[in-house]
Amino acid sequence: MVTLTSFENIAIGDALPPVEIGPVDKETIAAFAKASGDPSPIHLDDEIARSSGLPGIIIHGMFNMAVLGRLITCWAGQNQIRSFSNRFAAMALPGDTISCRGRVAGRRQEAGEHLVDLDLEAVNQNGDILLAGKAVVAVG
Amino acid sequence: MVPAASNARLAGRFDWIGWSSRHVMWNPDYIGKEYAPFSIIVDAARIAAFADAIGETSPVYREEVAARAAGYPAIPAPLTFCFSLMMDAEQSFLVHGDMDIPIPKTVHGEQWFNYHAAMFAGDTITGRQKIADMFEKKGGALQFIVTETQMDNQHGARVCDLKTSIVILNS
Repeated sequence: MVTLTSFENIAIGDALPPVEIGPVDKETIAAFAKASGDPSPIHLDDEIARSSGLPGIIIHGMFNMAVLGRLITCWAGQNQIRSFSNRFAAMALPGDTISCRGRVAGRRQEAGEHLVDLDLEAVNQNGDILLAGKAVVAVG
Repeated sequence: MVPAASNARLAGRFDWIGWSSRHVMWNPDYIGKEYAPFSIIVDAARIAAFADAIGETSPVYREEVAARAAGYPAIPAPLTFCFSLMMDAEQSFLVHGDMDIPIPKTVHGEQWFNYHAAMFAGDTITGRQKIADMFEKKGGALQFIVTETQMDNQHGARVCDLKTSIVILNS
């Protein structure tokens, strides 16, 4: 595990402290719908979700991404984060536990800044990849 | 200023009856189309509710005193909160309405954020969305729309660039 001290102490392959949330219940999904401004019915109404070919309501992809973002902000200050992206690889369902992990994929200097490249992913309790992401953080 | 997204208004776009027979207007001429600028205030109570929902316990997202102690001038917005501003400003489904694409035919494929400066509670954010790219894969079974949005704060400083990949599932 690596804590964010100085650029010199960060090595490729270092793992970030993981973040986990869950099981994510329907109340949490409803709270996120309200707080995030996304009341799309596939996240709130089982019947509409099923009519859309889903097994029932699904967790917002942006919920998963927000939790993955916590992994970065637990490690680095918000002013240090230069970019954050992910591909939505699979849907998460109510009752799922979402585990986020990250590791240092690169370190470089650009425009006078020391930058650390992170590889990120979020998986469910079965190990299925929900998100595959990247971030760039400026250090020291 | 725009009101928060309403459930009833979005629900209509999720109406599935007859969607499969509906013709999606797929027109790459939309590449480069720019939508009208929008303006929205970053609300501290929403940031706190957002933090609650995602299990973020840091007082930095709830108390101005804690935010200042952490070196921020005010309560910072969580990393992905700018996407919620898009929802609130009725930007996220603009392209669907524009091209008559039923929302249930689409999924969110990828999301990118580039940060230039932190965003804080109380900021007034002005955003500009455009269609950056449109392309097809698998012989048109998958159609992609990539939007880009620039967000500036009330000081005229660039805060965040968002890029969103919307995937239309035609199979």
